Amino acid sequence: MPAEAPDRAPPSLVGRALKEALVTGFLAFALFLPLVGFVSVQSMTNTLLLEARWESLFSVVALIAIARFLYVLAGPWLERRRARAKPSAPASNLRKVFSKFFTPFALGFAVVYPIFVLAFTGINPGALKWIDNFGIQILIYVMLGWGLNIVVGLAGLLDLGYVAFYAVGAYSYALLSKEFGMSFWMLLPLSGILASFWGVLLGFPVLRLRGDYLAIVTLAFGEIIRLVLINWVSLTNGYAGISGIPRPTFFGIPFNASDEGFAAIFGLEFSPLYRTIFLYYLILALALFTAFITIRLRRMPVGRAWEALREDEIACRSLGINTTNTKLTAFAMGAMLAGFAGSFFSARQGFISPESFTFIESATILSIVVLGGMGSQIGVAIAAILLVGGTEIMRELDFLKQIFGNDFEPIRYRMLLFGAAMVLIMIWKPRGLISTREPSIFLEERKAIPADLLKEGRG
Amino acid sequence: MTEPLLSVRGVETYYGRIPALKGVDIDVHEGEIVALIGANGAGKSTLMMTICGNPRAREGSITFDGQNITQLPTHEIAALKIAQSPEGRRIFARMTVLENLQMGSIVAPPEHFAADLERVLTLFPRLRERLEQRGGTLSGGEQQMLSIARALMSRPRLLLLDEPSLGLAPLVAKQIFDAIRDLNKSEGLTVFLVEQNAFHALKLAHRGYVMVNGLITLSGTGASLLARPEVKAAYLEGGRQQATP
Ligand SMILES: Nc1ncnc2c1ncn2[C@@H]1O[C@H](COP(=O)(O)OP(=O)(O)OP(=O)(O)O)[C@@H](O)[C@H]1O
Ligand SMILES: [Mg+2]
Repeated sequence: MPAEAPDRAPPSLVGRALKEALVTGFLAFALFLPLVGFVSVQSMTNTLLLEARWESLFSVVALIAIARFLYVLAGPWLERRRARAKPSAPASNLRKVFSKFFTPFALGFAVVYPIFVLAFTGINPGALKWIDNFGIQILIYVMLGWGLNIVVGLAGLLDLGYVAFYAVGAYSYALLSKEFGMSFWMLLPLSGILASFWGVLLGFPVLRLRGDYLAIVTLAFGEIIRLVLINWVSLTNGYAGISGIPRPTFFGIPFNASDEGFAAIFGLEFSPLYRTIFLYYLILALALFTAFITIRLRRMPVGRAWEALREDEIACRSLGINTTNTKLTAFAMGAMLAGFAGSFFSARQGFISPESFTFIESATILSIVVLGGMGSQIGVAIAAILLVGGTEIMRELDFLKQIFGNDFEPIRYRMLLFGAAMVLIMIWKPRGLISTREPSIFLEERKAIPADLLKEGRG
Repeated sequence: MTEPLLSVRGVETYYGRIPALKGVDIDVHEGEIVALIGANGAGKSTLMMTICGNPRAREGSITFDGQNITQLPTHEIAALKIAQSPEGRRIFARMTVLENLQMGSIVAPPEHFAADLERVLTLFPRLRERLEQRGGTLSGGEQQMLSIARALMSRPRLLLLDEPSLGLAPLVAKQIFDAIRDLNKSEGLTVFLVEQNAFHALKLAHRGYVMVNGLITLSGTGASLLARPEVKAAYLEGGRQQATP
């Protein structure tokens, strides 16, 4: 048998590629026949008609079959490259240098980013889009990702309802500032405290749950909060939401065109840009605060207890850790950070409604944490930039209209690309973008750790 | 003798409606090594876990140092300095060896950390070489050492060991038994251990208990149990002695 293999191998590569392309094409045909092959249109009499789209179906299937064909053909070459690329010392050196300089560089970039944008666009409303849609929007998700990371990444409690605490923070700010005229700086900590109170409230009934069961209950909790927001109309104004939420001030100085406004006092021409820049630095500070807290807590007993809890709850208990308190503090801490982010969100928008707090938000934040590599701060930040920034970029791809016609809205394909990106990242890096875990304690004589020991053992 | 450090009286533990312990009496005195042997499924690990309050005893009482701990939550029992190296080791797989050891020292005063660390690393030099390796990537024997070392980090007054020699090469098992004996001799550490390796365990222990189906059927000094024909027949491979350590 083995003797036969070599002389059968060379001709079979193309043959195999053809065969696999055929099979793939067939599968793609079966899959896309209902998805792409037919479109439902409304006739004059308002009845639904099925219209076949054979050309589109054919091009999709052909594209997939050809891709498969080429992939199989390239197989041996890819294999060889992979085998050669594996044990390369310079690469791991490069990674070390990268990880050493990446954080300060990224931090520096985040700090100068608005100035950078202004340098390009000048002081005009065109800069708003870049600072607001890209800068602030991404940073909100970075902060939420880092907050959820405490619950999911460190404590290992799978929380699918994180957006509930974000909502609590947002509505706390909106209601309290409108009703009582309290300032942003007072309400920021207060919304955090209120959210963490809800975190503990959720924590109590789910103390005994783990993994999938916990996920389902937290999912339900998120939905309950949203439904309450929708139905308690007298308090929350239901679907219509709350508008006219007071905006944050620059330590008492409002950002408006009046004589007491920020621009007038600092002798600048009025522009909405100043508030946006201020909000950018505000959320940057909040996000960094989150990162700082996480890093500090990891080195403290409670942070270590979170991580140990993720690893083995029974062992934790028999070592003297009060697992009840440990879980509750994780929920409370994560919820508090979401509350901060929520109150920032509602101050930035000036308008909130239950629409902003749907399950898809929780799912996005969780994806950011999982894709980033649970527990890794930098990974979570990169994932947030990729997912949120990617979504925003899709709004900018106007040139595609020239190719696909004026009806083409790239943003509609957001979820498709979202899913594809996620599948690809999970194939390429199953443990998330950055899966190495930084130990929280070293002996004084810190030795270099061989890279292979840093790799994940299991779990 | 004085009051025993640990005394278990008429303890019954259930898994659902199935009894695993049916009225167990055991005493462990200060400074003693006590071994518990028995067939698979006899309830040995259940007894170890019941002492730590998880699962809880449905009947009977467990007293430690004069205090009734039967209804105490597990973490408070641990705070009384009862340390356990449980069945299946239960290492924190993604945390480093050093972090694992640090977790062991939670109930010990923090100022003792450096000295305690030095002590367990001297006892298990292999761990010293691997302080920054992930717990989960250690070999089985190294994980066993880590589990024991982690338990020792709390400066326990009573050390519970569930099958410390499980999966270890004979030489390493001997090292671990020697380490237990040394700790007992030099520091008067009280040890209660479960073992499949009945011969070594009974040689090491001052006293021993034999458990069958959730009940203690025999007890006595290690040497006297070793001499009993029924122990020989059931746990020492029909009387053939295993290689002496
Ligand atoms: N979580 C559980 N749920 C239900 N039954 C259990 C559970 N844990 C143990 N048992 C049962 O209780 C009995 C005693 O188990 P235990 O683990 O105490 O035995 P053991 O003496 O330690 O055995 P081994 O030498 O194999 O470790 C067994 O019949 C086992 O099937
Ligand atoms: Mg057992």
